[in-house]
Amino acid sequence: MLPAATLPAVIAQAVVTQADLHTMVPELFVCGAAFALLMVDLFLAPARRGLTHFLALLILVAAAVLTARDFSTGERLAFSGFFVRDIAADVLKMAMYVVTGLIFVYAKPFLQDRNLFKGEFYALVLFALLGMMLMVSAGGLVTLYLGLELLALSCYGLVGMDRDNPVASEAAMKYFILGSMASGLLLYGMSLIYGATGSLQLADIYAAAGSLPQGGNEGMLLTLGVVFLLVGVAFKFGAAPFHMWLPDVYQGAPTAITAFLGSAPKLAYFGMAYRLLEAGVGPLDVEWRMMVAFLAAASLVIGNLIALAQTNLKRLLAYSTISHVGFLFMGLANATPLGYGAAMFYAVSYSIMGAAAFAAILVLSRKGFDAENIADFRGLWKTHPWYALLVLMVMASLAGIPPFLGFWSKLVVIQAALDAGMGWLAILSVVCAVLGAFYYLRVIRAMFFEEADGDGAVIHPDSHVRAAFAINALALLGLGIFAQPLMAWCQQAFPA
Amino acid sequence: MTLPTNWPLLSLLIWLPIFGGAACLFFGDQRAALARNFALLVSILTFVLSIGLFTGIDQSSASMQFVETHPWIPAFKIFYNLGADGISVALIGLTTFVTVLVLLGAWNSIDRRVHQYFASFLILEGLMVGVFCATDAMLFYVFFEAMLIPMFIIIGVWGGPRRVYASVKFFLFTFLGSVFMLIGLIYLYLKGGSFQLADLAALPLEKTEQMWLFFGFLAAFAVKVPMFPVHTWLPDAHVEAPTAGSVVLAAIMLKIGGYGFLRFNLPIVPDASHDWAWLVIAMSLIAVIYIGFVALAQADMKKLIAYSSIAHMGFVTLGTFIAFELARDFGNADAARLGLQGAMVQMISHGFVSGAMFSCVGVLYDRMHSRMIADYGGVVNTMPWFAALFVFFAMANAGLPGTSGFVGEFMVVLAAFQKSPLLAFGAATTLVLGAAYTLWMVKRVVFGKVANAHVAELSDINAREAWVLALFALGVLALGVYPKPLTDLMDAPIVQLVNQLGTSKLF
Repeated sequence: MLPAATLPAVIAQAVVTQADLHTMVPELFVCGAAFALLMVDLFLAPARRGLTHFLALLILVAAAVLTARDFSTGERLAFSGFFVRDIAADVLKMAMYVVTGLIFVYAKPFLQDRNLFKGEFYALVLFALLGMMLMVSAGGLVTLYLGLELLALSCYGLVGMDRDNPVASEAAMKYFILGSMASGLLLYGMSLIYGATGSLQLADIYAAAGSLPQGGNEGMLLTLGVVFLLVGVAFKFGAAPFHMWLPDVYQGAPTAITAFLGSAPKLAYFGMAYRLLEAGVGPLDVEWRMMVAFLAAASLVIGNLIALAQTNLKRLLAYSTISHVGFLFMGLANATPLGYGAAMFYAVSYSIMGAAAFAAILVLSRKGFDAENIADFRGLWKTHPWYALLVLMVMASLAGIPPFLGFWSKLVVIQAALDAGMGWLAILSVVCAVLGAFYYLRVIRAMFFEEADGDGAVIHPDSHVRAAFAINALALLGLGIFAQPLMAWCQQAFPA
Repeated sequence: MTLPTNWPLLSLLIWLPIFGGAACLFFGDQRAALARNFALLVSILTFVLSIGLFTGIDQSSASMQFVETHPWIPAFKIFYNLGADGISVALIGLTTFVTVLVLLGAWNSIDRRVHQYFASFLILEGLMVGVFCATDAMLFYVFFEAMLIPMFIIIGVWGGPRRVYASVKFFLFTFLGSVFMLIGLIYLYLKGGSFQLADLAALPLEKTEQMWLFFGFLAAFAVKVPMFPVHTWLPDAHVEAPTAGSVVLAAIMLKIGGYGFLRFNLPIVPDASHDWAWLVIAMSLIAVIYIGFVALAQADMKKLIAYSSIAHMGFVTLGTFIAFELARDFGNADAARLGLQGAMVQMISHGFVSGAMFSCVGVLYDRMHSRMIADYGGVVNTMPWFAALFVFFAMANAGLPGTSGFVGEFMVVLAAFQKSPLLAFGAATTLVLGAAYTLWMVKRVVFGKVANAHVAELSDINAREAWVLALFALGVLALGVYPKPLTDLMDAPIVQLVNQLGTSKLF
């Protein structure tokens, strides 16, 4: 079957209407505001850079208002279907604003202490945010790739921001090379799919994929394309066995940047996975479901086992991220609305937990000292009992202990796995969760049971960071006890 | 005293200690005395409120009472549903009573971070009450797991030299067991669309399904009880935990395992429980006999009592699962009822006896800072009052008639006899072994000549300690002499349970 509409024809159709622009107001705003911020920052004296920080937060609030103003109740298409706005996209965007805002607050004193407090940070994060927003709203392969590259390029820049630090530069280089390779694989997959279906629009691909005869040339091409897509997605997520870059980048990047990498982009990657795998090649889910399940199993085992041996907390959290990706993939492997809802709930919970986990390091760091090792948490309970309690909540949530948020997210993905008839995966996942509990307990142990070598852990004097961390950690308890709204949103985002 | 029926009494019993504990954290390290008094007040208030359960319950009814229903996470059909029948009420009463004594007993034995210590126990109390009255499986699970955190902290912060190892072992063992239960619960939810225990009990299930679910539940509760061979965390946890932690662990937390069997294994998967009852019975007998011998060889008092706990809890699981054989294979519902009654009485009795034994060791430890039997000898010469009480509790632990220890064991042995005299014989060896290890320990610690200069300097128990031990003794004696109020309280739900396990859920 040859493509009905070739690329020039698609472009010829594309007449931008006011409705199109209206649908993507938040994206347009963030784009314009990020440029404006970059300009404003040029004319600010370093001493007055606090204004940039303030404006960046204001941009997030405004974007949230713009998104909430016409919050989706159903699906809206714009730009001939290349841009989709639905409940899933809007919920994910709201979560992105919140998490990015937290990162801004966490990062400020950290960057100031290390002479990295520059306008680029804010501009790059906002561009990354724009890329993420595009990814979760993508209705076509081009939109998606555009968003992904915007996110990726901004992240490469962020990781390498500390130019004089060889470790960070190495991490940036590694990230750039491997990330580009992943993008290349993804792009190759996209081209194969375009070749097979003749369209760049996900809705057309969906229709074509459903009608392609099995075993034909186009069918083979499409399946091959799906494999490449999946590899690309797994690479970006850091799912095993495509996880090699992740620990080095997480450890090498400045901690504030790691906090960003480890939280918000997970939301976007989930959006990307959903758009590509379900909205795009959904009819082929029999082909990719088992592959995703395998990726999930591999990530759970490898992430948790290697994390057991870590003493550097950043690296430990990196491996724990891999295992969390495994949990998230359990939801995706279900390949029904129930599974997508579960995976989305996991992504949202994890982005909040991930931000809190890295913030725990940031709170204990100060000028000339990064609390990177578990040993740096020793005796925190003696010096700052309340912060020890908050870190305990974060770790308990990551370990999946009720009533914290992390428990409910594990519950929904295990349900998704059982619903898909993957009992083996569910059992594997809970065994891995127990392994995970062991290394999260090591942090709790260090704080509560062990004595500090010197004066004991000291927390950062910046009151904003302290307050944001407290809110973030308590939110894990609050959202755990009142899990209903978030869970209901995630269910409604994917109507059966 | 009758309370108006629309009082959310169970919620109060859960949240009063939890919020009380949270408030206790705010006192800070400087105001330890205030924190102690406040915590004691909260626990006494909770206990007084729990009396309302005993006066308010309709003993003739097997259904859940004091019911509270609120939607919690409707997206997942999870409800905040509470309810209590006679079994729950008895265990909640045990919890609130023992917690008061625990706080009283821990008064001076901790000198650092007192407010956090007392807060942990209050929070733990609320969570344990929650376990005993949750009628939504997911709510049960949340309380069941959340309980681990305060206990982990109690052992790890205030425990002995190997506390870190013991606390992590405790946590991971229990966590590993319970995650399998979680899978089982989610499976049941997908199958039946509900997390309500009553709905799950009514859900028909195939044989293989039941088997998997049975082992999922078994994993969770066998670790908690603990049953041989997953008992190894308990001696470590007990030895390293501070006295109060040991008391709560032995007196209340182990009961949650036995309670779980009654609420999950028996009603939800009766056919698999019937098929695999032999396994549990065998494991129980090993616990009773083999662990009894292990206890005999201990040089550490706390370890000895810990092993004796495992042996005694073996009786609980024995009585629980023998009921299947009796009800189904022999059609002897009366004997089944006797077995379950015996198991329950044994649970409550063991709560008092083990709590008291650990408190006694705590009294000695506070003075000598040693738990080794060899460091003692002739304590009766310097601490006559203490010695009298200690010997009394030791007798109860050995199952002397007239004490609570005898009642439950006797009922279970009697029920076992209906099935096979050989089984009864095996179970009854505990009476010999129990007497041997307990009395031998008492002989070495309490009697004889004053062993060394430290023992010679010992002072007898003060008024506070006397109160704690006397109240324990009162419970042991009351239950031993006149157990009828307790058996009456639990009779209706047990009769219903016997009916449930007599009917197959296969379709």
